[in-house]
Amino acid sequence: MRHIISILLENEAGALCRVANLFSARGYNIESLTVAPTEDASLSRMTLVTRGSDDIIEQIVKQLNKLIDVVKLSDLTEGGHIERELMLIKVKAHDGQRAEMHRLAEIFRGRILDVTDNTFTIEVTGASDKLDGFLSAVNHDDILEVVRSGVTGIARGQKALHA
Amino acid sequence: MELTGAEIVVRCLKEEGVDYVFGYPGGAILHVYDALYKQDAVKHILVRHEQGAAHAADGYARATGRPGVVLVTSGPGLTNTVTGIATAYLDSVPMVVICGQVPTKLIGNDAFQEVDSVGITRPCVKHNFLVKDVTQLAETIKKAFFIATTGRPGPVVVDLPKDVTAAKTEFNYPKKIKMRSYSPTVKGHTGQIRKAVELMVEAKRPMIYTGGGVILSDGSKELIELTRMLSFPITNTLMGLGAYPGTDPQFVGMLGMHGTYEANLAMHHCDVLVAIGARFDDRVTGDIAKFCPEARIIHVDIDPSSISKNVKVDIPIVGSVPNVLRTMIEVLRENNLKPNSDALAQWWKQIDEWRAVDSLRYQHSDTIIKPQFVLEKLYEVTNGQAIITSDVGQHQMWAAQYYHFDQPRQWINSGGLGTMGFGLPAAMGAKLAFPERDVVCVTGEGSIQMMLQELATMLQYHTPVKIVNLNNRYLGMVRQWQEFFYEKRYSMSYMEALPDFVKLAEAYGHVGMLIERPSDVENALRKALAIKDRTVFLDFLTDPEENVFPMIPAGGGQNELLLAGRDKMVSTHEEGMVLV
Ligand SMILES: Cc1ncc(C[n+]2csc(CCOP(=O)(O)OP(=O)(O)O)c2C)c(N)n1
Repeated sequence: MRHIISILLENEAGALCRVANLFSARGYNIESLTVAPTEDASLSRMTLVTRGSDDIIEQIVKQLNKLIDVVKLSDLTEGGHIERELMLIKVKAHDGQRAEMHRLAEIFRGRILDVTDNTFTIEVTGASDKLDGFLSAVNHDDILEVVRSGVTGIARGQKALHA
Repeated sequence: MELTGAEIVVRCLKEEGVDYVFGYPGGAILHVYDALYKQDAVKHILVRHEQGAAHAADGYARATGRPGVVLVTSGPGLTNTVTGIATAYLDSVPMVVICGQVPTKLIGNDAFQEVDSVGITRPCVKHNFLVKDVTQLAETIKKAFFIATTGRPGPVVVDLPKDVTAAKTEFNYPKKIKMRSYSPTVKGHTGQIRKAVELMVEAKRPMIYTGGGVILSDGSKELIELTRMLSFPITNTLMGLGAYPGTDPQFVGMLGMHGTYEANLAMHHCDVLVAIGARFDDRVTGDIAKFCPEARIIHVDIDPSSISKNVKVDIPIVGSVPNVLRTMIEVLRENNLKPNSDALAQWWKQIDEWRAVDSLRYQHSDTIIKPQFVLEKLYEVTNGQAIITSDVGQHQMWAAQYYHFDQPRQWINSGGLGTMGFGLPAAMGAKLAFPERDVVCVTGEGSIQMMLQELATMLQYHTPVKIVNLNNRYLGMVRQWQEFFYEKRYSMSYMEALPDFVKLAEAYGHVGMLIERPSDVENALRKALAIKDRTVFLDFLTDPEENVFPMIPAGGGQNELLLAGRDKMVSTHEEGMVLV
């Protein structure tokens, strides 16, 4: 099962390494990982996407909690949550293709950020599977470059993760 | 008054009540050595190799329960301690390692004797710090001791750039520290404890299995009280020996790969397993798929991540061992709960039958010294009262099997990492802590050669320990596996060109003894132990091809163990060979 784990970390040098180390040392996989400061300068927030059986996820959560720099964490996938990822994609857009590419971007609520004579750069935001969907809708040979931010997420409702 | 960072380090150690620091100087840490020179509250033990410093601090910590402290320089000083840090980490020993670092403005420049100490040690410490600002120093050291000694203990490294040790600030040692990201659970969940107690008293074939956690948390008293109240059989892991008296009739011996027949079979057949401060290590469980097939499992541990890591448990209880056991005892008393005595009588009858198999029986000899015999005699001659440290190999297993530890912190060995070279420096650390007690290092000619240089330290600081070298001329444990699993192809397990250990001991200023005949064993031990003020190296020439039994072959279940002279060792299936 795919899990999205949100972590509040002490904003210390090396804290990110400790998390990354833990995953490589214990052979857990990381699908994506994002980290950035929060409104509280002493904390960073990390969002980590991983996959594993219930037993493995239980261990991952326990092992993360055991790290001294981890202040709090929550497995977003345990409840209602909002998941977002941002993708920038540069595609070929020659004369004959431009209308079609435009239409496709619209379907996925993408925004065209940059245009040249023969390329479009499109921004798409959404849950990861929506981005996957967009990628598979575009002709593979037309893709010049893809960059994805990795998943971030937040719980629905009043529940909030704070120190 | 303002103090330098170096002076602050020493003052912090004093505030923590540290009496010994084990270390080795070098450029990056020289300011701290200068501060040490100017005081005498904290004594420094100058080892001969930084790995020795870490093991000695570790031995001190295991013997006393207080954190071991190590002081080394940057670069090679720190890298030399890594094996010692990892050894402490795997056995959850409280330790604080302070290492010098190049000045902050040179960090990242590949400066002389610069390594990324925080990066190198990260995977084998409970936590580590790089101190970049002298105003943070005292608080960081406080945190280091707090983290090292609370919850599940472990080593903490403090990396200290040289300029920080020169900079000055007001010294203020915090009395208490609170960390929002770290507050281990101590008290167990009462509801869970009640459920556990109910399950325990209903059990027909109960078994108590305890590990190093009982010793680390000083929970022995509570364990003894609970076990006696319940009249349950109890086994200890290699790390847990001494937590319950080894000579008590309820004790069925050590379990695991080289555990007794009765301990392993009782594990296999029990219906309720009470695991306390133990972590279901692969050397204990054998093949997980065959582990305790009929048991419902209660697990008490301070580390939530130990619970249901290897084996799924039915009633997890997170908390410190003495705390949880005390509550269990109260619940039993208050509700006047009694175990099922008829079922227990049946169970004990069965266990006694297994016991009668006498799985530690070995072939005696009048002509060649059997290693087991040396340990039996050592036990007698020391009245079972010595602190025993060991290295790693067959001798370690024999020490665990034939010396019956009645007290916690009496048995000091590297169980988790299995570090050859641990025994001698650890003995030195233990002897410094307990100068009045007999401290014996049980070792092999392979292991002892990994930390021999510490013989010099032992002379300098007058730590008269007894070294029992079970010299079989082989890396015995390796040879045993090669005999069983590689058709006796003894690849690189014969120790050629051994030194004359008697002369070697003498060259270091100690007493050396060579013992070649079984009839001389007891006398030699008595003589050595009577020499109270000198280190004595006893070189016992033992049977080169003796094997450790019982043995659960790699990948076997706990009911599949083999007995000396009674079962033929057969190679295990390939998966088993890979598993262990
Ligand atoms: C540092 C280190 N290297 C290698 C090993 C692997 N090893 C385990 S036991 C053993 C043999 C130990 O030989 P010795 O100290 O002579 O003891 P014996 O088994 O003969 O009693 C070896 C090499 C280890 N445990 N530690």
